[in-house]
Amino acid sequence: MALPVSLRRLPAVIAMTPTIFFVVVVLCFGLMWTVWTSFTSSKLLPNNNFVGLEQYVRLFGSDLWQVAVVNVAVFGLLFIGGCLALGYVLAVLLDQNIRFEDGFRTIFLMSASLSFVVTGIVWQWLFDPTFGIQAAVRDWGFSNFRFDWLTRKETAIYALVGAGVWQATGLGMVIMLAGLRGVDQDIWNATRVDGVARWRVYVYVVPAMIRPMIATAAVLLSLTAIKIYDLVVVMTGGGPGISTEVPAKYVMDMLFQRSNLGQATAAATIMLLAISLLVGLPWVIVRLRQSRSVGGGQE
Amino acid sequence: MNRAVIPEGPKLRKISPSRIAIYVFLGVSAIFFLLPVYVMIITSLKPMAEIRTGNLFAFPREITLDAWAKAWSSACTGRVCEGISPGMLNSFKIAIPGTLFPVILGAINGYALSFWRFRGANLVFTMLLVSTFVPIQVFIFPLVRMMTATGLFGTLPGIILIHTGFTLPITTLLFRNFYAAVPEEMFSAARIDGGGFWSIFGYVLLPISTPIVIVAVILQFTGSWNDYLFGLIFAGRENQPMTVLLTSIVTSQYGEKEYNVNMAATMLAAMVPLMVYFASGRWFVRGISDGALKG
Repeated sequence: MALPVSLRRLPAVIAMTPTIFFVVVVLCFGLMWTVWTSFTSSKLLPNNNFVGLEQYVRLFGSDLWQVAVVNVAVFGLLFIGGCLALGYVLAVLLDQNIRFEDGFRTIFLMSASLSFVVTGIVWQWLFDPTFGIQAAVRDWGFSNFRFDWLTRKETAIYALVGAGVWQATGLGMVIMLAGLRGVDQDIWNATRVDGVARWRVYVYVVPAMIRPMIATAAVLLSLTAIKIYDLVVVMTGGGPGISTEVPAKYVMDMLFQRSNLGQATAAATIMLLAISLLVGLPWVIVRLRQSRSVGGGQE
Repeated sequence: MNRAVIPEGPKLRKISPSRIAIYVFLGVSAIFFLLPVYVMIITSLKPMAEIRTGNLFAFPREITLDAWAKAWSSACTGRVCEGISPGMLNSFKIAIPGTLFPVILGAINGYALSFWRFRGANLVFTMLLVSTFVPIQVFIFPLVRMMTATGLFGTLPGIILIHTGFTLPITTLLFRNFYAAVPEEMFSAARIDGGGFWSIFGYVLLPISTPIVIVAVILQFTGSWNDYLFGLIFAGRENQPMTVLLTSIVTSQYGEKEYNVNMAATMLAAMVPLMVYFASGRWFVRGISDGALKG
């Protein structure tokens, strides 16, 4: 065993080489390439003609992009809020020693195994004004019933939220349920003595106790929301008009339909920036605070 | 601990109004989650005439599998009318290697990162973690160029490589966190016995890795089966997965849409992940909570 330590670890390094190659070369290099391209006047073909922030000025001046940003904000807030709220309520109810818990959980989580493409097509059908839910309910005698969200500009984005919540609530529920299972049961004895109603404990105390799980679910859901693409393409194609355009679709359209590399890469860079600021930064702060509170030893 | 001495306050396990309210709420939620699937199934079994005149929720008067047959073998995706069946094979051709490679490599990586702390291991780990946050849109343009330059654009190996690369960070994190909980003594004992990198992995760690392997396989398989974006861009005409074909079938119809065919095609595309979901049961739940909570 005369091998120096570094040499004995060589197989580990060799085994990881493909991964290191991919992360460093493909991802880092690709990321820099995209950011660089966003500062050039590239159109159909990439060029290295530096134009400063011109692409970004044009991007934020474009109606399409402004609509897309507003939409992803509205979608994101309602989607994340909806999934967390419904997911939390379902998780709490499932945690009440109920019968058929496994059955209910299986049903609530089922849609999470589907693709957004499938979800989108099914919900588009349900929202169909001539044959969908609207027609069915009117058929039962409620002739003023309206469920034509998808065909109206002001409401189409909410139809996307509905389908998204249907798909992703189970995910939030499972993560928060795992948290509830870890809640110290003494809390119930303590609050019963104080005469605090059970639901109040669930509203005011338990969320703070399972904060890490809620945060995890929120991070996963926000990553999904910022990148939302498949659902929009399938359900609305960005329409009616441009009322449901989203940033991820802007990038794709600029790349493959309008051959505008500069705009596509500038939009992608803004998406990266948004994720870093809205998701990455809070996440790092929480992590740092956590590791400090346990003495910095835990990873 | 006799609860009866406390006169007020809700108690567990009693048929009270609040208990009933719980079941009602769960029942209504179950309907919300099941109804779309129910509508999808019955619509796929109805002839178009009945869809035009009947109620969305009504059970089919006359059950027909015509829409399924058409969705499978003759629905048109643009100019080609071969149904969704070629996509099924393609999806398997992409999802199986797209599951095996990231899981195998992820296991090796997780093992190397947990036990063989080589110089820069922490940096690699951090970069992998960070990369899971970066939106894919950032990489599309450079990747298209790189894949074109290497002749992999629009090929089966190309799309498999893309899937492997982008899911590798996640599988690595899964395995790394699993191995982080393995007692260090197990590893040092094997080292003292003269075990090398591969033999310790094969004889000591792999045998105890079954749970995490199952979790990773389920997550990876459903994930790559359900992928749309990568398949759309990188798979090429010959290898389009089911999700991409499904989208073309649904969006490329002219004239009146054949909703029954659309729903049958959607069912066909959803079937494999649904089967994995129902067969895996608790493992899927575990996969989601493990994958999420330890990341």
